[in-house]
Amino acid sequence: MSILIDDVHKSFGSLEVIKGVTMTVEKGEVVSVIGGSGSGKSTLLMCINGLEPINSGRILVDGTDVHARGTDLNKLRRKIGIVFQQWNAFPHLTVLENVMLAPRKVLGKSKAEAQAVAVEKLTHVGLAEKLNVYPSKLSGGQQQRMAIARALAMSPDYMLFDEVTSALDPQLVGEVLDTMRLLSKEGMTMIVVTHEIAFAREVSDRVAFFHKGRIHEIGPPSQVIGNPQQPETVAFLKSVL
Amino acid sequence: MHYTFHWLPAFRALPDMLWGALVTLEIAVLSMLLGVFFAVLLAVAGGSQYRVLRAAASTWVELARNTPALFQIYMAYFGLGSLGIHLDSFPALLAGITFNNAGYLAETFRGGLRAVPPTQIRAARSLGMGQIQAFRLIVLPQMFRVVFYPMTNQMVWAILMTSLGVIVGLNNDLTGVTQELNVRSFRTFEYFALAAVIYYLLAKFVTLSARLMAWRLFRY
Repeated sequence: MSILIDDVHKSFGSLEVIKGVTMTVEKGEVVSVIGGSGSGKSTLLMCINGLEPINSGRILVDGTDVHARGTDLNKLRRKIGIVFQQWNAFPHLTVLENVMLAPRKVLGKSKAEAQAVAVEKLTHVGLAEKLNVYPSKLSGGQQQRMAIARALAMSPDYMLFDEVTSALDPQLVGEVLDTMRLLSKEGMTMIVVTHEIAFAREVSDRVAFFHKGRIHEIGPPSQVIGNPQQPETVAFLKSVL
Repeated sequence: MHYTFHWLPAFRALPDMLWGALVTLEIAVLSMLLGVFFAVLLAVAGGSQYRVLRAAASTWVELARNTPALFQIYMAYFGLGSLGIHLDSFPALLAGITFNNAGYLAETFRGGLRAVPPTQIRAARSLGMGQIQAFRLIVLPQMFRVVFYPMTNQMVWAILMTSLGVIVGLNNDLTGVTQELNVRSFRTFEYFALAAVIYYLLAKFVTLSARLMAWRLFRY
């Protein structure tokens, strides 16, 4: 059970944003991906669940080749939850309905089952009091936690986080990080693209430093953040810390 | 010179006029249902990769929006007639108004579609929804809110446009009935004033029920 990324290249037109990335994420592991804007971190996440096609290489999720011709992406995505920078709440549905929708329509759960799961996940992220509220009435941090609950309600094996705190007001960042901290403690397999270096250091088993479409350094946080070996990593950390 | 009002005959004719109003409403509703159907096709064709489809859709939309509705109805009746397609008054009027509705609504739908950010689709797909599922459950409901009021306006327009049926010989809708009464009695002011009140009430009924529906539907 793992995500295996093997020499992946990805271009948007003539711009190559991922230039041969290889890494493996084992079940139960938390891997943080850090690096400057435009280094290809977020794009890699979109490639892992097949929202973006790749140009060459391959990505295997539990042995399934994500970009192979016959792969049922809708089915594969059930076990890969993703949370975006812009939380993308469905504005026309209440908090509870947002979380219930996919379990009902994609997994075919009954209304009662879906509701039970949704209430459980929303309670887990601290939104038990907001079940029947519309997203427009929530703060950014609450909407982002709702998005996390929405992904969790599909009982995914993997969770991908794409700079989930970048669009939040500073005072709301903490509550979202707390939720992710909780998940990591529960043993969820996570790939976390983040600018929160302190958080990455605290929760990650490994940290990958992305620079210009390549992984320049990958290893335990004590190394990549605490004692970086590559000059690019040193320069990046100096610029953000 | 002065004119003595005689309201009594007009009020006596009220039941006939109300039956006419029912036909008016029938044409308006049918033309909206058909209009929505064709508007969806036009909106899809307008975004198609095939140039022929795009051109056909844009021609329809351009003609519907930039020529008088009267001409569009005329074309359906006399224009098609000269091509050997003979429509009765009712279907000709229905076709004319449908053509007009579809043109306007196609633009409305295109705008509505664009108002839903693509990130919504991305979020839906990431939860394992298929393309059609994402469209039906996420895009369509949000688009519906955006197009709801423009659709209401179009419905009111459709009701008022039915009055043009009189020029293609329709005699059982509200204007048709009123005109028949008028030529028999020449109580023009009374009959048409009463008809105007009925049109006004129909239009108001549509806008008010739309507002009520919106209040029920769009709680967010």
